[in-house]
Amino acid sequence: MTWVLANLGLIWARTLDHVVLSLPPIVLCFVVAVPLGWLARRYRLSRGIILTGAGLLYAVPSLPLIFVLPAVIGTSLLSPVNVIIALTLYGIALMVRVVSDGLDSVDADVRQSASAMGYSTWSRFWQVELPLAGPVLLAGMRVVAVSTVSLVTVGAVIGVQSLGSLFTDGFQRGIQAEIIAGLVATVGLALLFDGALVLAGRVLMPWTRRITAAKPSAPVEVSAA
Amino acid sequence: MNLFASAIDWILDPANYVGLNAIPLRIGQHLVFSLVTVLIASAIAIPLGYLIGHTGRGRGLAVTTSGGLRAIPTLGLLTLVALWVGIGVVAPYVALTVLAIPPILAGAYTGFEAIDRRTVDAARAVGMSELQIVRKVEVPLGLPLLIGGLRSATLQVIATATLAAYVADLGLGRYLFSGLKTRDYAEMLGGSILVILLALALEGIFALIQRFVVPRGVSGRLDTAPTLRTGSPTAAR
Repeated sequence: MTWVLANLGLIWARTLDHVVLSLPPIVLCFVVAVPLGWLARRYRLSRGIILTGAGLLYAVPSLPLIFVLPAVIGTSLLSPVNVIIALTLYGIALMVRVVSDGLDSVDADVRQSASAMGYSTWSRFWQVELPLAGPVLLAGMRVVAVSTVSLVTVGAVIGVQSLGSLFTDGFQRGIQAEIIAGLVATVGLALLFDGALVLAGRVLMPWTRRITAAKPSAPVEVSAA
Repeated sequence: MNLFASAIDWILDPANYVGLNAIPLRIGQHLVFSLVTVLIASAIAIPLGYLIGHTGRGRGLAVTTSGGLRAIPTLGLLTLVALWVGIGVVAPYVALTVLAIPPILAGAYTGFEAIDRRTVDAARAVGMSELQIVRKVEVPLGLPLLIGGLRSATLQVIATATLAAYVADLGLGRYLFSGLKTRDYAEMLGGSILVILLALALEGIFALIQRFVVPRGVSGRLDTAPTLRTGSPTAAR
C-alpha cells in the first residue's frame, strides 16, 4: 500500500498511456467492422471469405502478432503503433461476426416494411437495420473493450508503456504491490470503458431502456454501470 | 520482405535443431505445457459446468466469475504468481489454468442449456435416472459446445504460453524474448511465425473435431462462438 501511495503519479501516467493505446483500437475496429459485417451478410462469397478470415485472424496469438507487424508494415519494433494495429485487428476479427449476426437478427418483415415505406437501401441500413442490430453490436463492443484493455498490457514486455509496465517492472524489482496496483487499475479501466459503452447504449438506443427497466434485474445493472 | 526471408532462414537453420534450444524441442514443450494446462483446467471446469448445466443452479455466479476472470490481464496474473512461487514452470501452470477455466466452464454448461428441454423430459419420462440422463443424453448432445469451449481455451493457452516464457524457460516464447534481448529480429520473427503456425494448425484441428463430434441424427448447425454469447456482456453486470 505504501508503494501505491508513493507512486500515484506513476500509476496515473501509465493509466493515461493505457487509455491512449486502448481507445483507438476500440473505436477503429467498430468503424471498420460495420461495413465489413454488412458485406459479409450481403453476399454468400464475401461471407465465407470475411468470416473465415476473421476467424483465422482471431486465432493468431497477440504477442507474436505484435512482433510480426513491423515486418509487414515497416514500423519500428518498439513503436506503440504495432500494439494499436494488432488490437484493432483483433477487434475487427471479433466484431465482423457480431455485426453480421446482428444484422441477421433484424426481422425480415421489418426490413420489407421499411422498403415498402420508401426507404432506400442506404437509408434503410442506417435508420432501420443498424439501430435494430444495436443491442447485439453493443454486447460485442463490450467484449472488445474489456479484452482490448486487458491485451494492451502485453505490449509492456517489448517496452511499449502501459499499465502492463507495472507488471514487468514489479516483477523485475520484486514489488508485489506494483503488480497488484496494475491489476486493479487495468480491471478498473476495463469496467470504466464497459460502463461508458452501456451508458452510450442507453443514450443512443432509448427503446432498449424501456425493455430493461421492465425486468427485475434492472437495478443490478444500474448499480454496476 | 527481406525480414521474412531472414526469419525463414532462421527457422531452417540446422543450428536451431540441436541442443536444449532446438525448435522441435521448444514446440514439444509448448504443446505439452498447453495440453497439461488444458487438462487440469478441464478436470476442474467440466464437472462443475455439467453440475451447473444439469441442475441450472449457480449459473449467475459462474457467468459473473468467468466474466471477471476474462478482464484480468494474463501478464499481471503471471508475474504476480511468479513472484509468489518463484521463477519456473509453476507460475505459468497456475496462471494459465485460471485462464483456461472460464471458456471450458462456459462450454460445458451452455452445452447442456442448449439442449431442447423436451429431449431431457422425454429421457426422464422413459425412466432414465438423473445420472443416465447426464451420461446418455446431455453429455453427447452438449459435446459440440464443450469442444468449442475447449477450442477457445486451448488457443488462449497456446497464445499465452508464449507470454509465459517471460517468467520461465518454456516453449516457443523463449525465442521471442531471447531475440528481443540480443536484438536478433530474425529469431523473434521466426519464433513468432512458429507460434502463429502452431495456433492456426490447432484451430484447424479443432474445427475438424467440432464437426465430427455432432451425434448422428442431430443437425450439424453449430455456433462456434460460445465465448461471445457467454462472455462479458452479461457477465459484467
